[in-house]
Amino acid sequence: MLDAVSASTPRAARVHRPRVMPVLLLKGDLLYKSVQFKDLKYVGDPRIAVKIFNDKGCDELVLLDIAATNEKRRPNFELIEEIAGEAFMPVAYGGGVRTLEDFAQIIRLGVEKVVLCTHAVEDTAFIGKAAGVFGSQSVVVCIDVKRNFMGKAQVMTHAGTKAAGMSAAELAAKVAAAGAGEIVINSIDRDGTFKGYDIPLIKQVAAAVDVPVIACGGAGNLEHVVEAIRDGGASAAAAGSIFVFQGPHRAVLITFPEEGKLRAAFA
Amino acid sequence: MIVIVNYEMGNLGSIRNMFRRLGHQATISNDAATIASAERLILPGVGHFAQGMENLQRLGLRAVLDERVLGACTPTLGICLGMQLMTKSSEEGPAEGLGWIDARTVHFRNGAQPVAESARLPHIGWNFVDAARPHPVLADVPDDPRFYFVHTYRVECAAPSDVLLTADYGGSHFTAAFAQGNIVGIQCHPEKSHKFGMQVFSNFAAWTPAAVESPTYA
Repeated sequence: MLDAVSASTPRAARVHRPRVMPVLLLKGDLLYKSVQFKDLKYVGDPRIAVKIFNDKGCDELVLLDIAATNEKRRPNFELIEEIAGEAFMPVAYGGGVRTLEDFAQIIRLGVEKVVLCTHAVEDTAFIGKAAGVFGSQSVVVCIDVKRNFMGKAQVMTHAGTKAAGMSAAELAAKVAAAGAGEIVINSIDRDGTFKGYDIPLIKQVAAAVDVPVIACGGAGNLEHVVEAIRDGGASAAAAGSIFVFQGPHRAVLITFPEEGKLRAAFA
Repeated sequence: MIVIVNYEMGNLGSIRNMFRRLGHQATISNDAATIASAERLILPGVGHFAQGMENLQRLGLRAVLDERVLGACTPTLGICLGMQLMTKSSEEGPAEGLGWIDARTVHFRNGAQPVAESARLPHIGWNFVDAARPHPVLADVPDDPRFYFVHTYRVECAAPSDVLLTADYGGSHFTAAFAQGNIVGIQCHPEKSHKFGMQVFSNFAAWTPAAVESPTYA
């Protein structure tokens, strides 16, 4: 029984641990991983990856179709349904969502959060419309950021190919006011580099909004993940490469740290 | 048959998916006759309290739910907003709740156990829970139980004896589940809580509320 368990687990040891979530990138039916949004390396079948993350008891999954917007196509509902049927953890899906109908369809399939990126910039009012129907907790905005030669953090859309002409903190405040429930701040410069998160960028965004901020881009180890939360002020951390690759040559190994290891890292 | 009441609020597919994995057929329905024939009811829901009550009224489900839950004592599980709707009222909106349990829903920053000002809302993420008492739906939940939460409002029970699970967030020690007779309400999402949630669903699917546990309704 649960009560017996509680009695045997010292309360002091049960510190509220921030969420750590793998980000999986879809292109067509398959998983890839990028470096600075380029140099895609094949990772495998998303269905198998999700099964592994499910078995490992991972906190949450972020699934992004990085080709949908630029190919001007709608989400791959069949694949989303298959994945949702296997994922007994929170799942966020993003890529190509531009209408309330598509948003509703994704939620109906068993996914609880929809990630908006390009569309959040092009039609910020859509965030409020979606939040009004599905609740703010289901609307996540992902802000892709690239630093220019002056070091200024610029928002990019269309999978990092177009500049939006505003800063990350500006857009974060705007989308939070519009009703976004969570914001993913993703550094294109750090993506796939294993160099650690862009802490100043995360700090700027976390200071600009009250909603939870999820750091993304650059994690090379668990210490980086802890930094994003402790030093950057993020509420959660997302990462791609460290959960799908092992070693300097990016050998595919889909994995997620054990609960004890995560707790020790955050202790 | 388990019926997941579809009042157009939130993510029902994931609840059905988990029951399917457990080998139980769960039907998503907003049809009064289907709900009336259910052996077990799930009142799910994510979203706004007043909107949820409005939808139940508009779909004409209030009467059949009251009859099945209060009259026929059908085992019923409320999840997240579904749990909150079972209470008498919510600070989220002016609508009256279903009032199946003597409890109210308050904002996390209000009530007897408010969160610290520095705590971000909603409370999103995995959290530990403590059982206030034993209950069949908690049987055999694996060690070190963690559940996934997403909420800004929380339930306060009038009778401490109704509290089933508690959790802590931002300095607030809050009710994460209540149980009374044939009713269980849970704030977190078992359908998104791996093996911990799966055990709760499995228990619920097998649960026969004891006659002595029949609730007394005010």
